[in-house]
Amino acid sequence: MSVEGVVDRLFRRSARQLVAAIARALGPGHITLAEEVVQDALVKALETWPYRGVPANPRGWLYRVALNRGLDVLRRDAVLRDRLLRLPATDTIDAAVADPDPFADDELAMIFMCSHPVLTPDARVALTLKVAAGFSVDEIAAAFLAEPATIAQRIVRAKRMLVQRGIEFEIPDPIDARDRLESVLEALYLMFNEGYDARGGPRAVREELCLEAIRLGELLVRRREVRTPEVHALLSLMCLQASRLPARYDANGDLILLGDQDRGRWDRNLIARGMRHLSEASTGDRLTAYHVEAAIAAAHALAPDDRSTDWSYILGLYDRLLLVAPSPVVELNRAVAVAHVQGPAQAIDALLPLLEYPAMRRYYLLPALLGAFHDELGNVPQAVHWYEAALKLPCNDAERRYLERKRAAALAR
Amino acid sequence: MARFLLVARDAGDWSEAAGDISPEQIEAILSRYNTWSEKLVKAGKLEAGEKLADGEGRQLSAQNGLVRVLDGPHSASKEVVGGFWILNADDYEDAVKLASDCPHLEFGTLEIRKIEEIPA
Repeated sequence: MSVEGVVDRLFRRSARQLVAAIARALGPGHITLAEEVVQDALVKALETWPYRGVPANPRGWLYRVALNRGLDVLRRDAVLRDRLLRLPATDTIDAAVADPDPFADDELAMIFMCSHPVLTPDARVALTLKVAAGFSVDEIAAAFLAEPATIAQRIVRAKRMLVQRGIEFEIPDPIDARDRLESVLEALYLMFNEGYDARGGPRAVREELCLEAIRLGELLVRRREVRTPEVHALLSLMCLQASRLPARYDANGDLILLGDQDRGRWDRNLIARGMRHLSEASTGDRLTAYHVEAAIAAAHALAPDDRSTDWSYILGLYDRLLLVAPSPVVELNRAVAVAHVQGPAQAIDALLPLLEYPAMRRYYLLPALLGAFHDELGNVPQAVHWYEAALKLPCNDAERRYLERKRAAALAR
Repeated sequence: MARFLLVARDAGDWSEAAGDISPEQIEAILSRYNTWSEKLVKAGKLEAGEKLADGEGRQLSAQNGLVRVLDGPHSASKEVVGGFWILNADDYEDAVKLASDCPHLEFGTLEIRKIEEIPA
């Protein structure tokens, strides 16, 4: 095997898979210990591999070193507390290491535990990112635009909660899986959106959030008991949206809107995966918001250019989405379709009632769209008014520059 | 072709910073070492390498027919031997060339010693 093949991207992925595998071996109360011994094993690799070279089975090596260290700590603990421990037999370890993807089930069990309904949605995402996805506290804080200390505390509390409630580290029974699955999907979608809604933070990390949510979702569909149309629908949605990641920013890091993106830069592979998941998603009898949103994303993905987008079909999908999952944000997105199908004046009429929602008044996209539609109608003063209103609300640098450009262009007319 | 011992010394403080080092940083460092060693392996120039255990070793000396054993060397003040490689090289010039892009030089020093081979 080539050296690049061995070491390339081995570590972050190995680190999180190993934490899951070790936590499963040591018991659900020992996530923190699992994190520590995996870090120890990685450092041991750092110290010895430069001299001895990369071992034949690097992940197996890391797993053994981490597990042995974890068992040592627990044995010492067990002696102190005089408590009996169930420790895995060596042959289980060998079997696990021999398996080509030995940690998939452990990761899955970890996802279910991190997304347990006893945790708040915020805590679920933070814990999933930290423990199941291997992001650092600083990276999670950057993605959430939160203080690292806040995130660290959230994670500590979530771990404590899991221990106190005696949450088991396991893939739930098929009977429970369905209820539990919803909260898992929620966490994955939140994770995806943290990466996708460019609210700030390093771009590379944000894109990795998106890809990690997809990877974890694809672990789910490998297991029959959790392979539901809903999971495929969410995966389809995430793949199709992520396919646009390479085209969303220009060389200066400025945002490029969907209509202006170079569709040649969309990731064909992700589009194909998204379409495959969409066809798997259509096998059930339940239409979820994920299904409809995936269908909308597919309509965009399949249009060769902006002009050939089937906006009336998309508008129909938004109408259905409003029935399945009504929300002012959906109405806002629907207004974009209205503008394409019926015209900007009708879109403005659709948007104005949304100003009644207090939360929407803090959302820069609402005035930004009102500005854009007035712009289209040639109402320069109103356009400028709304662009300025949008600029007063929280948004990231790329969005701010975009709004400033639009305002300057309107004023120049 | 002769064999050369490449001794790596460093401050022996790896493990102190170890808790803070991220998987990506570890990966980055290891892949540099790998680029280096893979090149040597492919050219048949790298024969072996071992990491020595951290912590002090034992110093032996004989006085008046008695062997004295001391713990040490103590790593607090000076560099310690972290590990070594055995290289196959034509001569010192070649060995220096092989060692000069070893990533260890970012963290410590290297010493090259030719292994004496007496043709029998």
